[in-house]
Amino acid sequence: MTPRMPSRASAPPADWRDSLPPAEGRYSYAFLDEGAKREIRRRMLKAVAIPGCQVPFGSREMPIARGWGTGGLQLTLALIGPEDVLKVIDQGADDSVNAVNIKKFVTRVTGVAVTTDTAAATLIQTRHRIPEEPLRPNQLLIFQVPIPEPLRLVEPSERETRRMHAEADYSRMWLYLYEDIVKFNEITVGARYPVLVNRRHLMDPSPIPRWDLPKLDRGEALFLFCAGREKRIYAVPPYTEVQPLAFEDFAFRVEAFAGRRCARCGSVGTYLDEVIDDATGRRTYSCSDTAFCEKALRGNSVKEARPSGEDRA
Amino acid sequence: MTPILQVRNLTKRYGPGCARCLESTGARRETNQCPRCRSILACREVAFELYPGEVLGIVGESGSGKSTVVRLLHFDFEPTTGEFFLSLNGNGAPKIDPGQNLFGLSAFHRRQVRNARMGIVYQNARMGLRMKVSAGGNIAERLLMAGWRHVGRMRERASGLLEQTEVPVERMDELPRNFSGGMQQRVQIAKALSTHPAVLLLDEVTTGLDVSVQARVLDLIRGLQQDLGVATIVVSHDLGVIRLLTSRTIVMRHGCIVEEGLSDQILEDPQHPYTQLLVNSTL
Repeated sequence: MTPRMPSRASAPPADWRDSLPPAEGRYSYAFLDEGAKREIRRRMLKAVAIPGCQVPFGSREMPIARGWGTGGLQLTLALIGPEDVLKVIDQGADDSVNAVNIKKFVTRVTGVAVTTDTAAATLIQTRHRIPEEPLRPNQLLIFQVPIPEPLRLVEPSERETRRMHAEADYSRMWLYLYEDIVKFNEITVGARYPVLVNRRHLMDPSPIPRWDLPKLDRGEALFLFCAGREKRIYAVPPYTEVQPLAFEDFAFRVEAFAGRRCARCGSVGTYLDEVIDDATGRRTYSCSDTAFCEKALRGNSVKEARPSGEDRA
Repeated sequence: MTPILQVRNLTKRYGPGCARCLESTGARRETNQCPRCRSILACREVAFELYPGEVLGIVGESGSGKSTVVRLLHFDFEPTTGEFFLSLNGNGAPKIDPGQNLFGLSAFHRRQVRNARMGIVYQNARMGLRMKVSAGGNIAERLLMAGWRHVGRMRERASGLLEQTEVPVERMDELPRNFSGGMQQRVQIAKALSTHPAVLLLDEVTTGLDVSVQARVLDLIRGLQQDLGVATIVVSHDLGVIRLLTSRTIVMRHGCIVEEGLSDQILEDPQHPYTQLLVNSTL
Protein backbone atom coordinates (compact mmCIF):
# COMPACT_ATOMS: atom_id res chain seq x y z
CA MET A 1 0.00 0.00 0.00
CA THR A 2 1.18 3.48 -0.69
CA PRO A 3 2.26 5.27 2.46
CA ARG A 4 -0.57 7.45 3.63
CA MET A 5 -0.08 11.07 4.30
CA PRO A 6 -0.47 11.75 7.99
CA SER A 7 -4.13 12.54 8.08
CA ARG A 8 -5.44 15.75 9.55
CA ALA A 9 -8.73 15.82 11.38
CA SER A 10 -10.83 13.43 9.39
CA ALA A 11 -13.74 15.84 8.95
CA PRO A 12 -13.24 19.62 9.19
CA PRO A 13 -15.34 21.19 11.93
CA ALA A 14 -18.54 22.81 10.77
CA ASP A 15 -17.11 26.25 11.53
CA TRP A 16 -13.38 26.57 12.04
CA ARG A 17 -13.96 29.27 14.61
CA ASP A 18 -15.51 26.70 16.94
CA SER A 19 -12.12 25.03 17.34
CA LEU A 20 -10.51 28.26 18.56
CA PRO A 21 -10.56 29.27 22.20
CA PRO A 22 -12.94 32.16 22.94
CA ALA A 23 -11.81 35.59 21.76
CA GLU A 24 -11.75 37.07 25.29
CA GLY A 25 -8.95 34.78 26.30
CA ARG A 26 -6.76 35.21 23.25
CA TYR A 27 -6.47 38.99 23.07
CA SER A 28 -6.49 41.70 25.64
CA TYR A 29 -9.72 43.67 25.65
CA ALA A 30 -10.18 45.53 22.35
CA PHE A 31 -7.39 43.66 20.56
CA LEU A 32 -4.59 46.20 21.22
CA ASP A 33 -2.21 45.45 24.07
CA GLU A 34 -2.42 47.78 27.06
CA GLY A 35 0.85 49.51 26.19
CA ALA A 36 -0.38 50.39 22.73
CA LYS A 37 -3.67 51.71 24.05
CA ARG A 38 -1.89 53.81 26.63
CA GLU A 39 0.42 55.30 24.02
CA ILE A 40 -2.43 56.12 21.65
CA ARG A 41 -4.43 57.74 24.47
CA ARG A 42 -1.43 59.84 25.48
CA ARG A 43 -0.95 60.99 21.88
CA MET A 44 -4.65 61.82 21.68
CA LEU A 45 -4.41 63.99 24.78
CA LYS A 46 -1.59 65.93 23.17
CA ALA A 47 -3.59 66.27 19.95
CA VAL A 48 -6.57 67.64 21.88
CA ALA A 49 -4.31 70.07 23.73
CA ILE A 50 -2.97 71.52 20.44
CA PRO A 51 -6.02 71.65 18.14
CA GLY A 52 -5.19 70.74 14.56
CA CYS A 53 -1.56 69.82 15.23
CA GLN A 54 -0.45 66.44 13.88
CA VAL A 55 1.00 64.25 16.61
CA PRO A 56 3.08 61.24 15.52
CA PHE A 57 2.37 57.87 17.12
CA GLY A 58 3.46 54.26 16.77
CA SER A 59 0.85 52.87 14.40
CA ARG A 60 0.25 49.17 15.11
CA GLU A 61 -0.20 46.34 12.68
CA MET A 62 -3.93 45.68 12.37
CA PRO A 63 -5.79 42.70 11.00
CA ILE A 64 -7.01 44.88 8.10
CA ALA A 65 -4.81 46.41 5.43
CA ARG A 66 -3.26 49.86 5.79
CA GLY A 67 -5.47 52.31 3.97
CA TRP A 68 -8.67 50.57 5.06
CA GLY A 69 -9.17 52.53 8.23
CA THR A 70 -6.40 51.24 10.48
CA GLY A 71 -5.93 54.70 11.96
CA GLY A 72 -9.56 55.16 12.88
CA LEU A 73 -9.71 51.59 14.13
CA GLN A 74 -6.78 52.07 16.48
CA LEU A 75 -8.40 55.16 18.01
CA THR A 76 -11.71 53.31 18.34
CA LEU A 77 -10.04 50.37 20.06
CA ALA A 78 -8.01 52.60 22.37
CA LEU A 79 -11.12 54.55 23.41
CA ILE A 80 -13.87 51.93 23.55
CA GLY A 81 -15.27 50.59 26.81
CA PRO A 82 -17.92 47.98 27.57
CA GLU A 83 -20.70 50.57 27.94
CA ASP A 84 -20.02 52.21 24.59
CA VAL A 85 -22.42 52.02 21.66
CA LEU A 86 -20.60 51.90 18.35
CA LYS A 87 -21.59 53.19 14.94
CA VAL A 88 -19.36 52.83 11.90
CA ILE A 89 -20.06 54.60 8.62
CA ASP A 90 -18.34 54.60 5.28
CA GLN A 91 -19.20 57.56 3.00
CA GLY A 92 -22.33 57.99 5.10
CA ALA A 93 -23.49 54.38 4.74
CA ASP A 94 -23.78 51.99 7.67
CA ASP A 95 -23.91 48.85 5.56
CA SER A 96 -20.95 49.12 3.16
CA VAL A 97 -18.21 46.47 3.30
CA ASN A 98 -15.64 48.57 5.13
CA ALA A 99 -18.10 49.68 7.81
CA VAL A 100 -19.58 46.21 8.31
CA ASN A 101 -16.18 44.54 8.65
CA ILE A 102 -14.87 47.07 11.13
CA LYS A 103 -18.08 46.78 13.16
CA LYS A 104 -17.83 42.99 13.18
CA PHE A 105 -14.22 43.07 14.25
CA VAL A 106 -14.77 45.54 17.07
CA THR A 107 -17.75 43.63 18.46
CA ARG A 108 -15.76 40.39 18.35
CA VAL A 109 -12.90 41.80 20.39
CA THR A 110 -15.00 43.93 22.77
CA GLY A 111 -18.60 42.73 22.71
CA VAL A 112 -19.98 46.29 22.63
CA ALA A 113 -23.39 47.06 21.20
CA VAL A 114 -23.59 48.46 17.69
CA THR A 115 -26.16 50.81 16.29
CA THR A 116 -26.95 52.67 13.09
CA ASP A 117 -28.73 55.44 14.98
CA THR A 118 -26.45 58.48 15.20
CA ALA A 119 -28.19 59.79 18.31
CA ALA A 120 -27.82 56.48 20.17
CA ALA A 121 -24.10 56.03 19.44
CA THR A 122 -21.40 57.17 21.86
CA LEU A 123 -18.53 56.40 19.52
CA ILE A 124 -18.75 56.88 15.76
CA GLN A 125 -16.00 55.85 13.40
CA THR A 126 -16.38 57.44 10.00
CA ARG A 127 -14.83 57.46 6.59
CA HIS A 128 -15.31 60.64 4.55
CA ARG A 129 -18.55 61.93 6.08
CA ILE A 130 -19.96 63.58 9.18
CA PRO A 131 -23.47 62.38 10.08
CA GLU A 132 -26.28 64.79 9.20
CA GLU A 133 -27.79 64.62 12.66
CA PRO A 134 -26.05 67.13 14.97
CA LEU A 135 -23.60 65.52 17.39
CA ARG A 136 -23.87 66.02 21.13
CA PRO A 137 -21.18 66.72 23.73
CA ASN A 138 -20.91 63.12 24.94
CA GLN A 139 -20.21 61.73 21.49
CA LEU A 140 -16.86 61.03 19.82
CA LEU A 141 -16.38 61.15 16.08
CA ILE A 142 -13.33 59.31 14.80
CA PHE A 143 -12.16 59.97 11.24
CA GLN A 144 -10.15 57.64 9.06
CA VAL A 145 -7.55 59.81 7.34
CA PRO A 146 -5.58 58.85 4.22
CA ILE A 147 -3.26 61.90 4.02
CA PRO A 148 -2.99 63.93 7.22
CA GLU A 149 -0.73 66.63 5.78
CA PRO A 150 -2.71 69.45 4.12
CA LEU A 151 0.51 70.98 2.76
CA ARG A 152 1.51 67.79 0.94
CA LEU A 153 -0.30 69.21 -2.08
CA VAL A 154 2.20 72.03 -2.37
CA GLU A 155 5.31 70.66 -0.66
CA PRO A 156 6.61 67.09 -0.92
CA SER A 157 9.21 67.34 1.85
CA GLU A 158 8.06 66.40 5.36
CA ARG A 159 10.87 68.39 6.91
CA GLU A 160 9.74 71.49 5.04
CA THR A 161 6.03 71.04 5.86
CA ARG A 162 6.89 70.66 9.54
CA ARG A 163 8.84 73.91 9.40
CA MET A 164 5.88 75.57 7.69
CA HIS A 165 3.52 74.40 10.45
CA ALA A 166 5.96 75.50 13.16
CA GLU A 167 6.21 78.99 11.69
CA ALA A 168 2.52 79.16 10.65
CA ASP A 169 3.79 79.82 7.13
CA TYR A 170 0.81 78.85 5.04
CA SER A 171 1.34 81.25 2.13
CA ARG A 172 2.03 78.34 -0.25
CA MET A 173 -1.42 76.89 0.40
CA TRP A 174 -3.02 80.30 -0.10
CA LEU A 175 -1.00 80.68 -3.29
CA TYR A 176 -2.36 77.35 -4.50
CA LEU A 177 -5.91 78.63 -3.98
CA TYR A 178 -5.03 81.94 -5.68
CA GLU A 179 -3.70 80.08 -8.73
CA ASP A 180 -6.85 77.98 -8.76
CA ILE A 181 -8.95 81.13 -8.91
CA VAL A 182 -6.78 82.60 -11.67
CA LYS A 183 -7.12 79.45 -13.75
CA PHE A 184 -10.74 78.47 -13.12
CA ASN A 185 -12.27 81.56 -11.51
CA GLU A 186 -13.20 79.50 -8.44
CA ILE A 187 -11.58 77.26 -5.87
CA THR A 188 -11.76 73.75 -7.31
CA VAL A 189 -10.81 71.83 -4.16
CA GLY A 190 -13.66 69.42 -3.47
CA ALA A 191 -13.05 67.03 -0.61
CA ARG A 192 -10.04 67.52 1.70
CA TYR A 193 -10.60 71.26 1.78
CA PRO A 194 -7.88 72.83 3.97
CA VAL A 195 -9.11 74.44 7.19
CA LEU A 196 -7.46 76.64 9.79
CA VAL A 197 -8.07 75.32 13.31
CA ASN A 198 -8.15 77.69 16.25
CA ARG A 199 -6.61 80.37 13.97
CA ARG A 200 -3.28 78.58 14.14
CA HIS A 201 -2.85 75.15 12.53
CA LEU A 202 -3.71 74.31 8.96
CA MET A 203 -5.49 70.96 9.03
CA ASP A 204 -6.64 68.36 6.56
CA PRO A 205 -10.22 67.51 7.57
CA SER A 206 -9.88 64.09 5.82
CA PRO A 207 -11.74 63.72 2.51
CA ILE A 208 -15.11 64.87 3.83
CA PRO A 209 -17.09 66.98 1.36
CA ARG A 210 -17.07 70.76 1.83
CA TRP A 211 -20.70 70.29 2.92
CA ASP A 212 -19.52 68.85 6.24
CA LEU A 213 -16.96 71.53 7.14
CA PRO A 214 -19.39 73.90 8.87
CA LYS A 215 -20.24 71.04 11.26
CA LEU A 216 -16.62 71.00 12.45
CA ASP A 217 -16.72 74.69 13.39
CA ARG A 218 -17.50 75.00 17.10
CA GLY A 219 -19.02 71.51 17.11
CA GLU A 220 -20.16 70.07 20.41
CA ALA A 221 -18.56 66.64 19.97
CA LEU A 222 -14.87 65.81 20.09
CA PHE A 223 -13.49 65.14 16.62
CA LEU A 224 -10.49 62.83 16.43
CA PHE A 225 -8.49 62.10 13.29
CA CYS A 226 -6.03 59.31 12.73
CA ALA A 227 -3.96 58.17 9.78
CA GLY A 228 -2.68 54.63 10.35
CA ARG A 229 -0.36 54.48 7.39
CA GLU A 230 1.05 57.98 7.94
CA LYS A 231 1.13 57.47 11.74
CA ARG A 232 -0.44 60.78 12.76
CA ILE A 233 -3.18 61.71 15.24
CA TYR A 234 -4.86 65.11 15.39
CA ALA A 235 -8.01 66.49 16.90
CA VAL A 236 -10.57 69.28 16.97
CA PRO A 237 -11.82 69.70 20.55
CA PRO A 238 -15.42 70.81 21.16
CA TYR A 239 -16.27 74.47 20.54
CA THR A 240 -13.09 75.09 18.55
CA GLU A 241 -13.08 77.50 15.64
CA VAL A 242 -12.54 75.73 12.32
CA GLN A 243 -12.37 78.06 9.32
CA PRO A 244 -12.01 76.88 5.73
CA LEU A 245 -9.43 78.95 3.83
CA ALA A 246 -11.22 81.54 1.71
CA PHE A 247 -10.55 84.95 0.20
CA GLU A 248 -12.53 88.07 1.02
CA ASP A 249 -13.88 88.20 -2.53
CA PHE A 250 -14.06 84.42 -3.09
CA ALA A 251 -16.00 83.08 -0.15
CA PHE A 252 -16.06 79.42 0.87
CA ARG A 253 -19.02 77.57 -0.60
CA VAL A 254 -20.50 74.19 0.18
CA GLU A 255 -21.81 71.91 -2.55
CA ALA A 256 -25.07 73.17 -4.02
CA PHE A 257 -27.85 70.72 -4.82
CA ALA A 258 -30.10 73.28 -6.48
CA GLY A 259 -33.16 72.41 -4.46
CA ARG A 260 -32.94 68.69 -5.24
CA ARG A 261 -34.37 66.30 -2.69
CA CYS A 262 -33.72 62.72 -1.70
CA ALA A 263 -35.74 60.38 -3.92
CA ARG A 264 -36.16 57.97 -1.03
CA CYS A 265 -37.08 60.02 2.02
CA GLY A 266 -37.79 63.38 0.40
CA SER A 267 -35.37 65.33 2.60
CA VAL A 268 -34.01 68.67 1.41
CA GLY A 269 -30.79 70.06 2.83
CA THR A 270 -28.83 66.85 3.20
CA TYR A 271 -25.73 65.82 1.31
CA LEU A 272 -27.00 63.89 -1.72
CA ASP A 273 -25.45 61.08 -3.73
CA GLU A 274 -26.17 60.96 -7.42
CA VAL A 275 -27.44 57.55 -8.50
CA ILE A 276 -27.60 56.73 -12.20
CA ASP A 277 -29.77 53.84 -13.25
CA ASP A 278 -27.68 51.67 -15.60
CA ALA A 279 -30.69 50.48 -17.59
CA THR A 280 -32.61 53.71 -18.09
CA GLY A 281 -29.81 56.23 -17.54
CA ARG A 282 -32.07 58.19 -15.22
CA ARG A 283 -30.42 60.26 -12.51
CA THR A 284 -31.86 60.18 -9.04
CA TYR A 285 -30.51 61.55 -5.79
CA SER A 286 -30.55 60.01 -2.36
CA CYS A 287 -29.16 60.92 1.05
CA SER A 288 -25.54 59.95 1.51
CA ASP A 289 -26.25 59.42 5.23
CA THR A 290 -28.31 56.20 5.14
CA ALA A 291 -29.19 56.24 8.84
CA PHE A 292 -30.58 59.77 8.53
CA CYS A 293 -32.53 58.69 5.45
CA GLU A 294 -34.08 55.74 7.30
CA LYS A 295 -35.03 57.94 10.21
CA ALA A 296 -36.59 60.55 7.94
CA LEU A 297 -38.49 57.83 6.11
CA ARG A 298 -39.90 56.49 9.39
CA GLY A 299 -40.68 60.01 10.57
CA ASN A 300 -42.57 60.70 7.32
CA SER A 301 -44.66 57.55 7.65
CA VAL A 302 -45.47 58.44 11.26
CA LYS A 303 -46.46 61.91 10.14
CA GLU A 304 -48.65 60.55 7.39
CA ALA A 305 -50.42 58.43 10.00
CA ARG A 306 -50.97 61.57 12.10
CA PRO A 307 -52.10 64.27 9.69
CA SER A 308 -52.16 66.92 12.44
CA GLY A 309 -48.38 66.56 12.97
CA GLU A 310 -47.21 70.10 13.61
CA ASP A 311 -43.72 69.29 14.82
CA ARG A 312 -41.43 69.11 11.84
CA ALA A 313 -38.58 66.62 11.88
CA MET B 1 21.19 110.77 10.38
CA THR B 2 20.47 107.38 11.86
CA PRO B 3 21.16 104.33 9.70
CA ILE B 4 18.17 102.25 8.59
CA LEU B 5 20.23 99.09 8.67
CA GLN B 6 23.27 98.23 10.73
CA VAL B 7 25.43 95.11 10.59
CA ARG B 8 28.15 94.28 13.07
CA ASN B 9 30.64 91.48 13.34
CA LEU B 10 28.91 89.31 10.74
CA THR B 11 30.68 85.97 10.30
CA LYS B 12 29.62 82.86 8.45
CA ARG B 13 31.80 79.81 8.88
CA TYR B 14 31.41 76.46 7.15
CA GLY B 15 33.27 73.82 9.11
CA PRO B 16 34.16 73.01 12.71
CA GLY B 17 36.13 76.19 13.43
CA CYS B 18 39.08 76.63 15.76
CA ALA B 19 40.66 79.36 17.89
CA ARG B 20 42.98 80.46 15.07
CA CYS B 21 40.39 80.68 12.28
CA LEU B 22 40.04 84.46 12.35
CA GLU B 23 43.70 85.37 12.57
CA SER B 24 44.79 82.95 9.85
CA THR B 25 42.24 83.93 7.21
CA GLY B 26 41.22 87.13 5.48
CA ALA B 27 42.53 89.48 2.84
CA ARG B 28 45.94 89.87 4.48
CA ARG B 29 46.44 86.11 4.56
CA GLU B 30 45.16 85.78 1.00
CA THR B 31 42.72 82.97 1.86
CA ASN B 32 39.33 82.35 3.37
CA GLN B 33 40.16 78.83 4.49
CA CYS B 34 41.67 78.19 7.91
CA PRO B 35 44.88 76.17 7.38
CA ARG B 36 44.46 74.38 10.68
CA CYS B 37 40.82 73.21 10.80
CA ARG B 38 40.07 73.61 7.07
CA SER B 39 36.92 75.67 7.82
CA ILE B 40 35.81 78.16 5.19
CA LEU B 41 35.00 81.65 6.41
CA ALA B 42 32.61 82.87 3.73
CA CYS B 43 32.46 86.26 5.41
CA ARG B 44 34.22 87.35 8.56
CA GLU B 45 33.61 90.26 10.92
CA VAL B 46 31.77 92.28 8.30
CA ALA B 47 30.32 95.56 9.57
CA PHE B 48 28.56 98.37 7.73
CA GLU B 49 25.58 100.72 7.82
CA LEU B 50 22.95 101.63 5.30
CA TYR B 51 21.23 105.03 5.48
CA PRO B 52 17.66 105.83 4.35
CA GLY B 53 17.41 106.30 0.59
CA GLU B 54 21.02 105.32 0.05
CA VAL B 55 22.31 102.83 -2.53
CA LEU B 56 25.25 100.84 -1.23
CA GLY B 57 27.37 98.72 -3.55
CA ILE B 58 29.20 95.57 -2.54
CA VAL B 59 31.84 94.63 -5.07
CA GLY B 60 34.37 91.83 -5.18
CA GLU B 61 35.46 88.75 -7.08
CA SER B 62 33.60 85.43 -6.99
CA GLY B 63 33.93 83.80 -3.59
CA SER B 64 34.65 87.06 -1.80
CA GLY B 65 31.55 86.63 0.34
CA LYS B 66 29.38 89.41 -1.08
CA SER B 67 26.38 87.21 -1.86
CA THR B 68 26.75 85.47 1.50
CA VAL B 69 26.36 88.84 3.22
CA VAL B 70 23.10 89.78 1.49
CA ARG B 71 21.63 86.32 1.88
CA LEU B 72 22.42 86.38 5.58
CA LEU B 73 20.63 89.72 5.78
CA HIS B 74 17.65 88.11 4.02
CA PHE B 75 17.72 85.27 6.61
CA ASP B 76 18.24 82.66 3.89
CA PHE B 77 20.55 80.87 6.28
CA GLU B 78 21.93 81.31 9.77
CA PRO B 79 25.09 83.33 10.49
CA THR B 80 27.77 81.92 12.79
CA THR B 81 27.96 85.20 14.69
CA GLY B 82 26.73 88.67 14.01
CA GLU B 83 24.35 91.44 14.90
CA PHE B 84 21.78 92.95 12.60
CA PHE B 85 19.64 95.97 13.43
CA LEU B 86 16.89 97.40 11.29
CA SER B 87 14.81 100.45 12.12
CA LEU B 88 11.31 99.25 11.50
CA ASN B 89 9.13 102.30 11.50
CA GLY B 90 6.36 102.42 8.98
CA ASN B 91 3.00 100.77 8.83
CA GLY B 92 2.64 97.04 8.49
CA ALA B 93 5.92 96.42 10.25
CA PRO B 94 5.94 94.00 13.16
CA LYS B 95 6.54 95.59 16.54
CA ILE B 96 10.16 94.95 17.37
CA ASP B 97 12.46 96.80 19.71
CA PRO B 98 14.96 98.80 17.57
CA GLY B 99 17.79 97.59 19.79
CA GLN B 100 16.89 93.99 19.07
CA ASN B 101 19.46 91.93 17.18
CA LEU B 102 17.38 90.41 14.37
CA PHE B 103 19.60 87.32 14.21
CA GLY B 104 18.45 86.60 17.77
CA LEU B 105 14.77 86.44 16.80
CA SER B 106 12.85 83.23 16.27
CA ALA B 107 12.44 81.95 12.73
CA PHE B 108 8.79 83.02 12.86
CA HIS B 109 9.59 86.63 13.73
CA ARG B 110 12.47 86.80 11.26
CA ARG B 111 10.04 85.71 8.55
CA GLN B 112 7.65 88.47 9.59
CA VAL B 113 10.40 91.08 9.46
CA ARG B 114 11.53 89.83 6.08
CA ASN B 115 8.03 89.77 4.64
CA ALA B 116 7.20 93.24 5.87
CA ARG B 117 10.45 95.12 5.35
CA MET B 118 12.75 93.39 2.87
CA GLY B 119 12.80 92.48 -0.78
CA ILE B 120 15.45 90.52 -2.62
CA VAL B 121 16.27 89.97 -6.28
CA TYR B 122 18.54 87.02 -7.01
CA GLN B 123 20.93 86.53 -9.87
CA ASN B 124 19.11 83.39 -10.89
CA ALA B 125 15.36 83.94 -11.28
CA ARG B 126 14.85 80.30 -10.32
CA MET B 127 15.85 81.18 -6.77
CA GLY B 128 13.50 84.09 -6.44
CA LEU B 129 10.50 82.90 -8.45
CA ARG B 130 8.35 79.79 -8.44
CA MET B 131 8.55 78.61 -12.02
CA LYS B 132 5.34 76.58 -11.79
CA VAL B 133 3.29 79.53 -10.53
CA SER B 134 2.12 82.41 -12.74
CA ALA B 135 3.97 85.74 -12.68
CA GLY B 136 1.01 87.35 -10.93
CA GLY B 137 0.93 84.47 -8.47
CA ASN B 138 4.59 85.01 -7.65
CA ILE B 139 3.85 88.58 -6.68
CA ALA B 140 0.68 87.50 -4.87
CA GLU B 141 2.72 85.05 -2.79
CA ARG B 142 4.55 87.92 -1.13
CA LEU B 143 1.30 89.78 -0.58
CA LEU B 144 -0.27 86.63 0.89
CA MET B 145 2.70 86.32 3.24
CA ALA B 146 2.04 89.87 4.35
CA GLY B 147 -1.58 88.92 5.11
CA TRP B 148 -3.47 90.08 2.00
CA ARG B 149 -6.65 88.04 1.51
CA HIS B 150 -8.45 89.79 -1.35
CA VAL B 151 -7.85 88.32 -4.81
CA GLY B 152 -9.09 91.39 -6.70
CA ARG B 153 -6.88 93.81 -4.77
CA MET B 154 -3.87 91.50 -5.07
CA ARG B 155 -4.31 91.30 -8.81
CA GLU B 156 -4.65 95.06 -9.00
CA ARG B 157 -1.41 95.52 -7.08
CA ALA B 158 0.39 92.87 -9.13
CA SER B 159 -0.66 94.37 -12.46
CA GLY B 160 0.37 97.83 -11.24
CA LEU B 161 3.79 96.54 -10.30
CA LEU B 162 4.23 94.67 -13.57
CA GLU B 163 3.34 97.83 -15.44
CA GLN B 164 5.88 99.74 -13.39
CA THR B 165 8.57 97.15 -14.18
CA GLU B 166 7.62 97.10 -17.87
CA VAL B 167 6.33 93.54 -18.04
CA PRO B 168 3.31 93.21 -20.38
CA VAL B 169 0.36 93.03 -18.00
CA GLU B 170 -1.56 90.71 -20.32
CA ARG B 171 1.10 88.05 -19.64
CA MET B 172 0.47 88.25 -15.89
CA ASP B 173 -1.13 84.80 -15.67
CA GLU B 174 1.59 83.09 -17.67
CA LEU B 175 4.31 80.98 -16.08
CA PRO B 176 7.61 82.85 -15.70
CA ARG B 177 9.50 79.99 -17.30
CA ASN B 178 7.98 81.12 -20.61
CA PHE B 179 9.60 84.53 -20.09
CA SER B 180 12.98 85.76 -21.25
CA GLY B 181 15.76 86.26 -18.70
CA GLY B 182 15.24 90.02 -18.63
CA MET B 183 11.52 89.65 -18.08
CA GLN B 184 12.09 87.15 -15.29
CA GLN B 185 14.34 89.67 -13.56
CA ARG B 186 11.63 92.31 -13.93
CA VAL B 187 9.07 89.99 -12.36
CA GLN B 188 11.52 89.37 -9.52
CA ILE B 189 11.91 93.12 -9.03
CA ALA B 190 8.12 93.57 -9.03
CA LYS B 191 7.83 90.78 -6.45
CA ALA B 192 10.52 92.33 -4.26
CA LEU B 193 8.82 95.73 -4.35
CA SER B 194 5.29 94.42 -3.76
CA THR B 195 5.13 95.00 -0.01
CA HIS B 196 6.92 98.39 -0.01
CA PRO B 197 10.14 97.11 1.51
CA ALA B 198 12.36 99.36 3.59
CA VAL B 199 15.45 97.64 2.24
CA LEU B 200 15.93 96.18 -1.22
CA LEU B 201 18.68 93.62 -1.78
CA LEU B 202 19.91 93.14 -5.36
CA ASP B 203 22.19 90.15 -5.73
CA GLU B 204 23.94 90.23 -9.14
CA VAL B 205 20.71 91.21 -10.89
CA THR B 206 22.18 91.80 -14.33
CA THR B 207 24.68 88.95 -14.47
CA GLY B 208 23.81 86.56 -17.25
CA LEU B 209 21.72 89.05 -19.23
CA ASP B 210 22.91 90.40 -22.56
CA VAL B 211 24.16 93.97 -22.68
CA SER B 212 21.08 95.70 -24.07
CA VAL B 213 18.78 93.94 -21.61
CA GLN B 214 21.25 94.72 -18.81
CA ALA B 215 21.01 98.39 -19.69
CA ARG B 216 17.22 98.35 -19.58
CA VAL B 217 17.08 96.50 -16.26
CA LEU B 218 19.60 98.93 -14.78
CA ASP B 219 17.59 101.84 -16.13
CA LEU B 220 14.50 100.40 -14.49
CA ILE B 221 16.22 99.95 -11.15
CA ARG B 222 17.60 103.48 -11.25
CA GLY B 223 14.18 104.87 -12.13
CA LEU B 224 12.46 102.96 -9.35
CA GLN B 225 15.19 103.99 -6.96
CA GLN B 226 14.57 107.66 -7.75
CA ASP B 227 10.79 107.30 -7.53
CA LEU B 228 10.56 105.21 -4.39
CA GLY B 229 13.75 106.20 -2.58
CA VAL B 230 14.09 102.76 -1.07
CA ALA B 231 17.42 101.99 0.61
CA THR B 232 19.20 99.43 -1.55
CA ILE B 233 22.20 97.13 -1.37
CA VAL B 234 23.58 96.26 -4.80
CA VAL B 235 25.89 93.28 -5.03
CA SER B 236 27.88 92.99 -8.22
CA HIS B 237 31.25 92.06 -9.61
CA ASP B 238 30.63 94.52 -12.42
CA LEU B 239 32.12 97.94 -11.72
CA GLY B 240 29.90 99.44 -14.43
CA VAL B 241 26.82 98.50 -12.44
CA ILE B 242 28.36 99.88 -9.29
CA ARG B 243 29.26 103.16 -11.00
CA LEU B 244 25.78 103.54 -12.45
CA LEU B 245 23.68 102.67 -9.41
CA THR B 246 25.52 103.28 -6.18
CA SER B 247 26.67 106.23 -4.17
CA ARG B 248 28.82 104.37 -1.66
CA THR B 249 30.75 101.12 -2.13
CA ILE B 250 32.28 98.36 -0.08
CA VAL B 251 35.05 96.25 -1.61
CA MET B 252 35.25 92.69 -0.31
CA ARG B 253 37.92 90.06 -0.66
CA HIS B 254 38.32 86.68 1.05
CA GLY B 255 35.34 87.43 3.25
CA CYS B 256 36.69 90.79 4.50
CA ILE B 257 35.90 94.39 3.73
CA VAL B 258 39.15 95.76 2.31
CA GLU B 259 38.02 99.22 1.29
CA GLU B 260 34.97 101.39 1.84
CA GLY B 261 34.06 104.80 0.52
CA LEU B 262 32.18 106.90 -2.02
CA SER B 263 31.78 105.03 -5.28
CA ASP B 264 33.42 107.71 -7.43
CA GLN B 265 36.34 107.91 -5.08
CA ILE B 266 36.87 104.17 -5.07
CA LEU B 267 36.64 103.90 -8.81
CA GLU B 268 38.86 106.93 -9.54
CA ASP B 269 41.35 106.65 -6.72
CA PRO B 270 41.50 103.14 -5.30
CA GLN B 271 43.70 102.78 -2.24
CA HIS B 272 43.84 99.06 -1.55
CA PRO B 273 46.03 97.00 -3.95
CA TYR B 274 43.16 94.63 -4.67
CA THR B 275 40.80 97.47 -5.53
CA GLN B 276 43.45 98.93 -7.79
CA LEU B 277 43.70 95.57 -9.54
CA LEU B 278 39.94 95.38 -9.84
CA VAL B 279 39.61 98.87 -11.29
CA ASN B 280 42.49 98.33 -13.70
CA SER B 281 41.16 95.03 -14.96
CA THR B 282 37.92 96.49 -16.33
CA LEU B 283 37.76 96.24 -20.07
